[in-house]
Amino acid sequence: MNLEGLTIAKARRLIQAGELSPVQLVDAVQAAIERTDPAVGGYLSRDYQRARALAEKTDMTLPLGGIPVAIKDVINVEGEPCTCASQILQGYIAPYDATVITKLRAAGAIPFGRTNMDEFAMGSSTENSSLCITRNPRDPERIPGGSSGGSAAVVAADEALASLGSDTGGSIRQPAALCGCVGLKPSYGRVSRYGLVAFASSLDQIGPFTHTVEDAALVLQAIAGHDPLDSTSLDLPVPDYSAMLNHGVKGLKLGVPKEYFVEGMDPQVEARVRAAIEVYRGLGAEIIEVSLPHTKYAVADYYIIATAEASANLARFDGVRYGKRAEAPRDLADHYGRTRGEGFGKEVKRRIILGTYVLSSGYYDAYYLRAQKVRTLIRRDFEEAFHKVDGLLSPTSPVPAFKIGERMADPLQMYLADIFTIAANLAGICGISIPCGDAEVDGKKLPVGLQIMAPAFEEARLLRIARAYETAGS
Amino acid sequence: MSAPHLDVRYIANLVRLRLTEEEITELQPQLDHVLSYIEQLDEVNVDGIEPTAHASAVYNVFRADVPRDGFTQEQATANAPHCGNGLFLVPKVVEG
Repeated sequence: MNLEGLTIAKARRLIQAGELSPVQLVDAVQAAIERTDPAVGGYLSRDYQRARALAEKTDMTLPLGGIPVAIKDVINVEGEPCTCASQILQGYIAPYDATVITKLRAAGAIPFGRTNMDEFAMGSSTENSSLCITRNPRDPERIPGGSSGGSAAVVAADEALASLGSDTGGSIRQPAALCGCVGLKPSYGRVSRYGLVAFASSLDQIGPFTHTVEDAALVLQAIAGHDPLDSTSLDLPVPDYSAMLNHGVKGLKLGVPKEYFVEGMDPQVEARVRAAIEVYRGLGAEIIEVSLPHTKYAVADYYIIATAEASANLARFDGVRYGKRAEAPRDLADHYGRTRGEGFGKEVKRRIILGTYVLSSGYYDAYYLRAQKVRTLIRRDFEEAFHKVDGLLSPTSPVPAFKIGERMADPLQMYLADIFTIAANLAGICGISIPCGDAEVDGKKLPVGLQIMAPAFEEARLLRIARAYETAGS
Repeated sequence: MSAPHLDVRYIANLVRLRLTEEEITELQPQLDHVLSYIEQLDEVNVDGIEPTAHASAVYNVFRADVPRDGFTQEQATANAPHCGNGLFLVPKVVEG
């Protein structure tokens, strides 16, 4: 069994026909990892024995029966490490399953392997991992994107059929675009965050990486829905995401936000995305230019709101209940200061300090409260656009994968990597990145991602629009 | 208006984060640079605009107050760097 080109849908057909067993599938994943991962570095840890034990007793009649799914190292799986790629969580073993893991298990899937990420999901290149470097499967000198770089790379490199990541400002869609796979960020409240180590609670969402849109619908089906353990998950019925998948886009109105085609973006990225828009026109969609006038403020807005929430969320890492603690502290203040000073990496420190500052007395109104108001304006931009159109088409990232080390010296340049993905998190809507061709750079073919956005809780429509492109011409 | 400035040393102390002198020297200009970028929000007219704290309009979610299973003491302390008698151990807090 070769994993190359193997989708969940195909593996499920083979399993149900008795041509492939879940244990053989785990064997195939192991072989692929042993062959490919030394060059990619997508996995932080893996336990084949555990996966085989689960595969042996999996119920093959369930929707994801026997399908291994790689998990970003920020989501708790009982009995496995969950380091968030941070030194401060070295040695931590999760005592419980996140709700998405409970749901994956209930659907027959096998949570398998921990994937690399930027420390605490803070970054756009996975270079902020304190544990290892993940390389772009298309070019080992380049980054896979981030923060879910490991989850994107293992799918793109055919070392996994699917994986889960988390997206706070683009951390699923951007690495999917740069590695060349499908990455879906569900609407805020569609998927439970219980058991996801919190970065920015009003923005975080868990979603899948897959080879195809069809597979993304299958994984979303398994993980979506209300959870009493996460009061921000909405109590809305979960539609059948596969039912409308192949209904096409004839008659749909698709908006192209003019603010998402900015000066300085890579001309090859623009060309591939414009060509994809023409494909939609050819499929019978009406293409309409729209405006999201507050787009240019999204990055600044995000770095106030996300860092403020992060500074509060990361207060829990105090070296008392879990994780690493500084040796021989003089007193409690010394214990806290050194545990956190030694345990957190540079980017995490930058964000904790910025977030604490914007919440501090005298600055709260000027920064945090103002940012929340600008967030309202960004949300309204989308509401107005969605009165006119059914979905939005744009690039996912303004550039293809950049080189390892290229942006590490300038944090602001790194922040701007998420310029097209951040607004969807602020507005709470859903978005997906799908491959739309390659950009040729230094003789390497680097993937380009098309981002599609749809109103909150319209994932079925989002997936249908994405699927239409995926199947165009086939 | 003068360039915005954030005192890294002071804030780091507030948030219980011990930084080395090298880190302070490196973070200070980087954070001032990010702060000047963030200041562009001052251009936006936000008069009469309600703040958004949350992407979806969910308020006051209640559930029945019934006990459910949680961690045992052993599970809860299993990851603690220092524990004893089922308790988390920390440096002495009160003198005397």
